[in-house]
Amino acid sequence: MAAELTAYDRVQLARHPKRPKAMDYIEALFTDLFIQRGDRLFGEDASILTGVALYKGRPVTVIGQCKGRDVDENVRFNFGMPQPEGYRKVERAALQAEKFNRPVICFIDTPGAYPGMEAEERGQGEAIARCMYTFSGLKVPVISVVIGEGGSGGALALGVANAVMMLENSIYAVLSPEGFASILWRDSSRNSEACDVMKLTARDLYELGVIDKVIREPEGGAQNNPAQTIRAVDIEIGRKLSSLMQKSGSVLAEERYQKFRKIGNPK
Amino acid sequence: MSSVFDIKRKKLAFMRALRRNSSVRVKSSDDADNIFITCPECKEIHAKNDLAENYYVCPTCGFHYKLGAYERIALLADEGSFREVNGKMTTVDVLEFPDYSKEVKLARKASGLNEAYVYGTCNINSYPAVVGVLDSKFIMGSMGSVVGEKVTLSIELASKYDLPLIIFSASGGARMHEGTVSLMQMAKTSAALKRFSDHGGLYISYMTNPTTGGVTASFAMLGDIHLAEPNALIGFAGPRVIEQTIGRTLPEGFQRSEFLLEHGYIDQIVKREDMRNTIAQILMLHERGQR
Ligand SMILES: [Zn+2]
Repeated sequence: MAAELTAYDRVQLARHPKRPKAMDYIEALFTDLFIQRGDRLFGEDASILTGVALYKGRPVTVIGQCKGRDVDENVRFNFGMPQPEGYRKVERAALQAEKFNRPVICFIDTPGAYPGMEAEERGQGEAIARCMYTFSGLKVPVISVVIGEGGSGGALALGVANAVMMLENSIYAVLSPEGFASILWRDSSRNSEACDVMKLTARDLYELGVIDKVIREPEGGAQNNPAQTIRAVDIEIGRKLSSLMQKSGSVLAEERYQKFRKIGNPK
Repeated sequence: MSSVFDIKRKKLAFMRALRRNSSVRVKSSDDADNIFITCPECKEIHAKNDLAENYYVCPTCGFHYKLGAYERIALLADEGSFREVNGKMTTVDVLEFPDYSKEVKLARKASGLNEAYVYGTCNINSYPAVVGVLDSKFIMGSMGSVVGEKVTLSIELASKYDLPLIIFSASGGARMHEGTVSLMQMAKTSAALKRFSDHGGLYISYMTNPTTGGVTASFAMLGDIHLAEPNALIGFAGPRVIEQTIGRTLPEGFQRSEFLLEHGYIDQIVKREDMRNTIAQILMLHERGQR
């Protein structure tokens, strides 16, 4: 194995343009995908895909934050930065999953919720808060996998799950290392230093008890062998889902609640 | 806008007038800074004592000065009724973040607080309630693991005793020094509020200047009732970040209470002098409906 990657290296890998995106996982792991669009309140946000599909023959609700695989897609997906409509669509999909007793599988990959004027006008904060609020009580299994960037509240909105897994070179952070350095040290060029102190790697977060599972990537990163990466994710989702399916809805909600209740308990 | 000289001249005139009319003795200009304050909005000079009697609101222009947690509680709670809970809980350096312990020590000294969130039980016009207040003097009222834990404990306390819950927000968002552990406090507090709501609890979220970032995107926006002080900055993304993103300056009043009211995120904007009566009215209206 090559020299241990630094946190900064992993941030670069998490953002690698050739890294497999949510659509790659969805196309490979699910069949009969029926896409559901719109939040029924204002509009449709293409930066998050929601739908119903079969996973190993069983209907599930699938939710994925989309980053583009080319320029056109990037523009259409707003570079992976959702608007409030995206989060309200997610909440709608989650409640429907509960209604029809389907597990929810989320793929997290966003630099963060979009910080624009319209997003603020339409309550970005409220939309994200409402997602976590609703997910915390769902009586169906929820699995979230951070496949690239887990940027701030915009990622956590899809992260209140029974099992939170991260690919080895993905990141999950309170904000971008650049933003972190510029806020805390007023110097965005210190972002490599920020990467080190933020403890944003999968390994760090596993040790801190924030996530449940680190999924190994191929040598050099997921972009070197997307098929192998997707297979590794498939195995972990499949394994986790079978064990969660054994549990009752109220046990699932209780376990999910307790999992987050314990994080950062100073006692 | 007044110039610095204008302010100085006004201050001196004010001091002379005060000397003639009151028992206050002003000897040096140091004294003057302890006794007087210049309104950051209208630049009028007022005696601090007068300001305290006016709910820390500028009598000239209505500017709402920032209130500390205990000052807020003193204005809200029936005299002597507040019982603080878990007041001694102190910051945990979960990430062993460089200089964090030092910064916490300075914050404790400067603010006189152990952490940014103070909560307990009290009566408001004889209605019992759980009240929690974020204090922006302590590392900008940011939410780290202790704030997240205490907010959650305050929700659980209200649930346990079937009391209404009022939380005053004033925060720069998640606390950077605790990284992703801070972020997770958004999930923890939101989940606790879901349980409280399912239990039938009444939660009043009262937003004050500033309420931003992870606090806006969690417990501040999950109230049964949303109140805000006039002209408070309330939003998810900070104005500077938005300006950098869109490449132009934001219009006057953007992300202020009045803007949020217009867009449907606030029930009422309440002047500080009406805070106590408004909350008491809401508590009264909900008490009658309870089983
Ligand atoms: Zn004024």
